[in-house]
Amino acid sequence: MTSENHNSKSIFHGFWALTNRDLKKWYKEPILLFMSIIQPIIWMGLFGRAMNIGAMLTNNPLVPPQIADELMKNTFGVSDYFSFMSVGMLSFVTLFTTMFSGMSIVWDRRLGFLNKALSTPVARGTIIMSKVLSAVIRSLIQAALVIGLALLLGMQLSSSFTVLHLLGVFAALFLMCLGLSSLFIAIAIRSARWETQMAVMNLLNLPLLFTSNALFPTSFMPDWLQTISKVNPISYGTDAARQLLILPTINASQLAMDFAFLSVFALVFATMGIVLSWKYLSK
Amino acid sequence: MEEVIKVENLTKVFNKSLTAVDHVSFSVKEGEIFGFLGPNGAGKTTTINMLITILKPTEGTAQVCKYSITRDANEVRNCIGVVPQEYTADEDLTGMENILLCADLYGIPRSESKKRAEELLELVEMSKFADKRVQTYSGGMRRRLELACGLVNRPRVLFLDEPTLGLDVQTRAATWNYIKKLKEQYNMTIFMTTHYLEEADNLCDRIAIIDRGKIIKLDSPEALKESLGGDILTVTTKEDDDFSGLIDKIPKVKEVKKQDSTYRVKVERGEETAPHILNTLMKNGVTITRLSLSKPTLDEVYLEYTGKTMREEEATDMFRQRMTLMRARH
Repeated sequence: MTSENHNSKSIFHGFWALTNRDLKKWYKEPILLFMSIIQPIIWMGLFGRAMNIGAMLTNNPLVPPQIADELMKNTFGVSDYFSFMSVGMLSFVTLFTTMFSGMSIVWDRRLGFLNKALSTPVARGTIIMSKVLSAVIRSLIQAALVIGLALLLGMQLSSSFTVLHLLGVFAALFLMCLGLSSLFIAIAIRSARWETQMAVMNLLNLPLLFTSNALFPTSFMPDWLQTISKVNPISYGTDAARQLLILPTINASQLAMDFAFLSVFALVFATMGIVLSWKYLSK
Repeated sequence: MEEVIKVENLTKVFNKSLTAVDHVSFSVKEGEIFGFLGPNGAGKTTTINMLITILKPTEGTAQVCKYSITRDANEVRNCIGVVPQEYTADEDLTGMENILLCADLYGIPRSESKKRAEELLELVEMSKFADKRVQTYSGGMRRRLELACGLVNRPRVLFLDEPTLGLDVQTRAATWNYIKKLKEQYNMTIFMTTHYLEEADNLCDRIAIIDRGKIIKLDSPEALKESLGGDILTVTTKEDDDFSGLIDKIPKVKEVKKQDSTYRVKVERGEETAPHILNTLMKNGVTITRLSLSKPTLDEVYLEYTGKTMREEEATDMFRQRMTLMRARH
């Protein structure tokens, strides 16, 4: 009758159940997906088209067309700013989605679901990592949609682009999202106030974006800003995606560096998330 | 009979200053419904949270199903079911999905959990709504769903934290019936907290009255009522003078307590003694403005042992203490 379910349970039991719980909230409510796609559309459509830095050179009678083209390539690696910025949008969208993953643990705490989960034999690390995984999956699906949208709006893929490159892009984004969502969940792990979490998000989102190469190449930034961008994971994720998607030639050593940095970043913060969950999830 | 829960000197201090649970010791026997009765902020939920391993005790320990809540937390988690105070079911999922999610957290294989979920939903009469989203459920239905979720791992001990909080009187009575029915079906031990006296009276085999983190009295509801030693006669007089001595001399009067011009008189066989008291008082020229006779209830028990009615408690300092507690917890 009683406690007979001491059967062969892996320490991962409940992992997919918890992940899927978060995902269900999202795909059962298409409006949420729709809303999260609207933002990059606005950025790509309005910002990318209106602030067309490329047009400053290419449509400028003072600059001969050939020189303009060279200048663009020299600055952005490609001759149109829109393609450059679209890849930055991938980072932008994934950054926002992963930031909200911290919110979901705050809500679970407030609504009592977290306590309930903690009273079951599910591993503490599983509770945290399922949140991370669901944020990663959501981010990657959104990234796929953004790539599709960008292509429709005129993003130019590099001539050497293959499906393998696309897999590489997702691998880089996966690592970046894994690290970022672990980081934001770790910040939220003890918080029961969503206001605090909102404040953290507002404080971090744009600075993280502006101190990366998502919207503008870092080589034109002042030295101190370049230093920040060198530890900003968004720079590495964006650079990897940019090389694989649009740049005419791939700088192999730089790409290897991108993946190495992102792997370490993901590993460190995922581990931190799990360790913190042992210590701080229950008080 | 075997002791399923054994608590020794369990203590929780929040932020090194607020003692929510203060060296509490008791034990619960197999198959018993054991109730923690006390006002908000008395330490009931804190005790439960320690027993269900989501809060670490500051001092002392407890064993649930013979496992230590601090050292073998995971073993404890395997043998208990928890129905928390809040509605924790996921609003966006259906009732069935919620139970299956709970089952997954216990690592129960899907083939088995599906069967159990259907059986439990049947028992709490929710089969009809199994595939409806929880959003559409009423308070009573949510409670029943929480009960079903708490039982999905066939626990030896079920923890119910304020099982009928916020429900109307009828739904409350219906929920009691479901609890009794589930208890009969699965024959587990139940540890529950409540601040409703009638709930404790109705469900519990034994009750611990808890106030400011300490157990004040522990016994069966009947014994608690008997310990009052008779009926309570409440007399209010117009005059402010003290007539306690006068009342005390009347036969079968066991105790007189005076508060302003109201006397709480503990008497044997109230129906017969009351006229005596009235006559005596009137003969001495006392004007009686109010009179009531009550059979012992847990309300009286509570008043007797804490010196306060539950309502007074909730209205005054306990509210502040509760707010402090909430802040301390976060």
